[in-house]
Amino acid sequence: MTTAAVLAILLPFAAAAAGLLGSRFPKGLRGGAADAAANRRAAWIAIVPTAVSTLLTIWLAYSIRAGQAAGGGDWLSRFTGSAGTARVATASVAVDTGSAPISVGLLVDGLAATIAVLVTVVALAVQVYSVGYLRDDRRYPSYSAFISLFTSAMLLVVYAADLLVLYVGWEVMGLCSYLLIGHWWEDRANSRAAIKAFLVTRIGDVGFLFGVFVLGTAAGGFRIADVLAKLPELPPGTILAAALLLLAGVAGKSAQVPLHTWLPDAMAGPTPISALIHAATMVAAGIFVVARLYPVFLASGPALDVLAVMAALGMLGAALAALAQDDLKRVLAYSTISQLAYMAGALAAGSRDAAVFHLITHGAFKALLFLCAGAVIHAVGSNLMSAMGGLRRGLPVTFAAMTIGFAALAGLPPASGFFSKDEVLAAVERSLSAGHLAAPVALLLYGCALATVAVTGAYATRAWLRTFFGERALSGLPGTAASEPAPSIAPESASEPAPSIAPESASEPAPSIAPESASEPAPSAAVHEAPPVMRWPIIILAVPALLLGLPGALHIHWGTAVLSVALALLGAGAVHAVWRADPRRDPARLLGPLRGLCERAFSVDELYRAVLVRPTLLLAYVVARADGRVVDGAVRGSGRTVTGLAGLVRRAQNGNAQLYVTGLLAGVLLLAVGAVMLR
Amino acid sequence: MSWLPVALLAVPLAGAVLLAVPVGSAARGPTARERWFPRYGLAVSGITLALSAVLAAAFDHDDPARMQFVTNLPWIPGLGLRFHLGVDGVSLPLVLLTALLTFLCFAYLCRGRPAGSGRVPAPGRSATPSPGGPSTPSPGDPPGAASGRPSEPADGGRPRALAFTLLVLEVGMIGTFLALDLLLFFVFFEVVLIPMYFVIAIWGGHRRRAAATKFILYTLLGSVVLLLGLLFIWAQTGTLDMTALARAHGTGMSRAAQILAFLAVGAGLAVKTPMWPLHTWLPDAHTEAPTVGSVLLAGVLLKMGTYGFARIAVPMLPGGATVLAPWLGAFAVIGIIYGSLACLAQRDLKRMIAYSSIGHMGFVLLGFAALTPAGFNGALFGNIAHGLITALLFFVVGSIKERYGTAEIPSLGGGMLTRLPRLGSVLTFAAVASLGLPGLAGFWGEVLSLLGAFRPAAGLPRSLYLVFMALGGLGTVLTAAYFLSMLSRVTHGRPVETVHAPVLAAVGPADTGGTGNAESGEGTADVGSTGRGRGHGRRGMRDVAPHELVAWVPLMALILLLGLWPKALLDVTGPVARSLLGAP
Repeated sequence: MTTAAVLAILLPFAAAAAGLLGSRFPKGLRGGAADAAANRRAAWIAIVPTAVSTLLTIWLAYSIRAGQAAGGGDWLSRFTGSAGTARVATASVAVDTGSAPISVGLLVDGLAATIAVLVTVVALAVQVYSVGYLRDDRRYPSYSAFISLFTSAMLLVVYAADLLVLYVGWEVMGLCSYLLIGHWWEDRANSRAAIKAFLVTRIGDVGFLFGVFVLGTAAGGFRIADVLAKLPELPPGTILAAALLLLAGVAGKSAQVPLHTWLPDAMAGPTPISALIHAATMVAAGIFVVARLYPVFLASGPALDVLAVMAALGMLGAALAALAQDDLKRVLAYSTISQLAYMAGALAAGSRDAAVFHLITHGAFKALLFLCAGAVIHAVGSNLMSAMGGLRRGLPVTFAAMTIGFAALAGLPPASGFFSKDEVLAAVERSLSAGHLAAPVALLLYGCALATVAVTGAYATRAWLRTFFGERALSGLPGTAASEPAPSIAPESASEPAPSIAPESASEPAPSIAPESASEPAPSAAVHEAPPVMRWPIIILAVPALLLGLPGALHIHWGTAVLSVALALLGAGAVHAVWRADPRRDPARLLGPLRGLCERAFSVDELYRAVLVRPTLLLAYVVARADGRVVDGAVRGSGRTVTGLAGLVRRAQNGNAQLYVTGLLAGVLLLAVGAVMLR
Repeated sequence: MSWLPVALLAVPLAGAVLLAVPVGSAARGPTARERWFPRYGLAVSGITLALSAVLAAAFDHDDPARMQFVTNLPWIPGLGLRFHLGVDGVSLPLVLLTALLTFLCFAYLCRGRPAGSGRVPAPGRSATPSPGGPSTPSPGDPPGAASGRPSEPADGGRPRALAFTLLVLEVGMIGTFLALDLLLFFVFFEVVLIPMYFVIAIWGGHRRRAAATKFILYTLLGSVVLLLGLLFIWAQTGTLDMTALARAHGTGMSRAAQILAFLAVGAGLAVKTPMWPLHTWLPDAHTEAPTVGSVLLAGVLLKMGTYGFARIAVPMLPGGATVLAPWLGAFAVIGIIYGSLACLAQRDLKRMIAYSSIGHMGFVLLGFAALTPAGFNGALFGNIAHGLITALLFFVVGSIKERYGTAEIPSLGGGMLTRLPRLGSVLTFAAVASLGLPGLAGFWGEVLSLLGAFRPAAGLPRSLYLVFMALGGLGTVLTAAYFLSMLSRVTHGRPVETVHAPVLAAVGPADTGGTGNAESGEGTADVGSTGRGRGHGRRGMRDVAPHELVAWVPLMALILLLGLWPKALLDVTGPVARSLLGAP
């Protein structure tokens, strides 16, 4: 079993190396047929190891479950795998650092095994889907290799037995997100979005690293098991510091307030990447780490309060922002922030299992939603919902799958999201009466959670209606252009799939010839379903998105459930009413004067730019100038001074014999006078 | 006595001496000679590399703290000077790094296809002889006529002199890391300066003279202070034996004397490292130095300064170190932040990497300043990692400059991943390694340095070090910021047709920025367009060439290896770090 865990990580890693180096080996040709051949080979190199890895993680999860089947715990902890103590640990190699040792090794317990299955399944779906989505992209080999690396890094985070080893995977994911978000780097905006994703998460990561230092040095080693075992002996101040520092990293990776701003911009990447980042890797890592180190957080009450406040602000703010976006992918991006805030809220409220449950169902339905959005974008040639509408006729499969996804997102039964959100809300409700949270914080969290349920229903309905119902706006933008500036980062319509579609593919069944559909929007009847290689991952992911929650069917908290469904329907109904009044116009007008603010996501980006980015650049400029003028100026100045002095001294050495003799005589005179005077 | 360390010095020295004998070269044509000398250098440095590999293999890895392969002969008995060499866990990796980098520099100089075979000529480095040129005999090596030559060999002509200089440089560098006698250390430390001066002054860019002068004067000034410090230690303790002094851990010197000695030695080494604010020679030297010069300067020469801290300043003068370490840490952290900020505003790639070195060496100094085994390990690891990564960066930037004729970021025009996908990929790899990504070598040095600062040695102000650590963490973010924005500007975006680039490459440095003349522009364009084969970019620029690949692949492999398996290096340095600090 230890071999299985090691292999599960190493196979995608090897696939990444092989895909990067071997796709064009040995001829290294580029262009035309050579590209197609390289893409084919890269697809095999990417998919087969990921598939094997998926089987390995499923087997691991199964055997660990089997090992703890007799164990107790309620259904939820059995579902998330956190019950029981069965675990697989590899022999670890200690690396002496001179301080606390690093132990290179893996530790697979029930929780890790469960999350690993989520990771590999979504990664596999994304890999298969990408074959169709990027079929004519010259850079598909590197793209698929980076996905493999991403998968491997996330599995390392999940299986790591040591905090610093975990951190390695944690940071490598940041790099992969950078490389993949910036996949279409011809467009500078994509490149900037990629940098932003890396830098914002890295700010959090520095905090995370320091948190690891605090825990590791206090516990005398970085092994997670040792740290948790030593926890009762540690002073509360140390634990609090560690928890707060770790939270910085969690906020960065899981896109929580205040480090959430990278996630909406990350939509610049190809849509499958969004699915990967939002569902299985990266953002899931933050929640997973809190779950993994949960005792640390439970032992530090204020840290949980901070987490709760972050979650409360994040879930409502992001949901409101999602309600005002025109870009379909940005709607989903803000919904991810909001849903992750639910998980963070559940963690803060003291229920790890509810958070992990929601993480799993969210992984399934958010991956589904993004892959569907990719199919829609593939068909329409634009990210903007104002260019969509009435697509249910042209894209029946996508429509059905996305309906499931939106139902799960809004928390409507019987989709999986309903059950997991029910658990989260119940946990938050419990924290009102008993729990670790301070009373006002718990109240804030509960209020925001309920309000967010309504807003989630509203924005899910809005996106659903504007994409699949009504009529497709014939000229794309003009109908709504007056009130809707295009989002700054989102690619202009048609720019996104364009790089992937080479001119010669026009005759092939791949339907979306982006430039055409943007310039002369075809009637919606001309919109076709995506090719099978993209359709099947959607269909397969729709199953867990619908059914994954069913284990919870017997354990519904009826009061909470009725309240949340009523709220969600209220939000949905309000949007529907506004939409019915005039299907051409954006139901976001419901927001009234808040709309602009929500669309800009409360101007957090502008704030950061003014407070952080500009001053840093200014300071850099000042330093560069000062280095030349002041620091080096002093050096050059000293050089000039010496040269000047030398010039003065040189004056005396002018070769004039009269002057020398005069000087000599003057000296003799001086000596003589001195001798006489001082004698 | 052991023959290995002596052989490590004797082989490159003998190779250099043989080059000085004017034999055989008259018979060959100029092209053959140009190709012959780098290959000769490659062979000599290859033997040296093999010897260092033998050294590493024969090294007793179970006891790296013990000085091994000791050679101890009387040298100048009247002064008590001894020819005392040896290797332990601190110096072994550095010796290997030196031998490897020198070898790779020669590999880089060995071009597969020297003349007119589709390669854009080397950047305009004129081979006009410097008045202060080396006294090396180079008969039949016609200087000058640079801009008119169809293709310039290596780094701008005079291959024999260049090979000679690099071999002498290697003797000095390896000697510095092997020496166990304070004055012998100083001699080797100084021997390095002269060849490096010539490398910059002869084969450098068009403002090379000023840069070389600044380099030599600045570092010599530092050396004088260092020499005073070493002599002061000698006067206080009566011995020059570095092992004995390190074992003594400062016994026999009063606290005030230690502080004074640390101040002098530290200041001398800080110039070399370089530590803020004594760094300003570095950007100029790097910007003007030829590729191999930059590689060795960043890869090895800077390490001599930090090696001095590890070998002399901290272990021999612990009393002084404890008092002055907070200052060292403060300057180190200022260097980290300052270097990163300066990088953000740089326009020239070489200059940017030079400033990034200041930031990275700041992490190394911060590790030393913690005075703990963890910090020490971090510093030693960061040393090696920086040597590998920055060497790779300078190699790549040198190749970029060779192709585009400029290293100014705005002039490169972006889109390198489209024009030269492999070169762009290697640049991305090197930049990512340099910004300290886990899984690559740069990470462990930074992390261990920060870990050292998190818990500094007893007697140091903890809260101050926590501030250092936080600022160092901020520095890693800034480092990522400037490297990524550089990558974005250089490798991303649509390539802008930099029509002037081949023109610039063809004409001499004096014409840089000028319009260039149409004739040479056409000529180069022809050369470019006839270039064919799989390695060629679409617009007449050649992607990574074999000689470049040979020079870079070992570096990339080692960066990955050390990043994925830091134990390989930490097991060698760890025990020495403890024993040098007198820790249990």
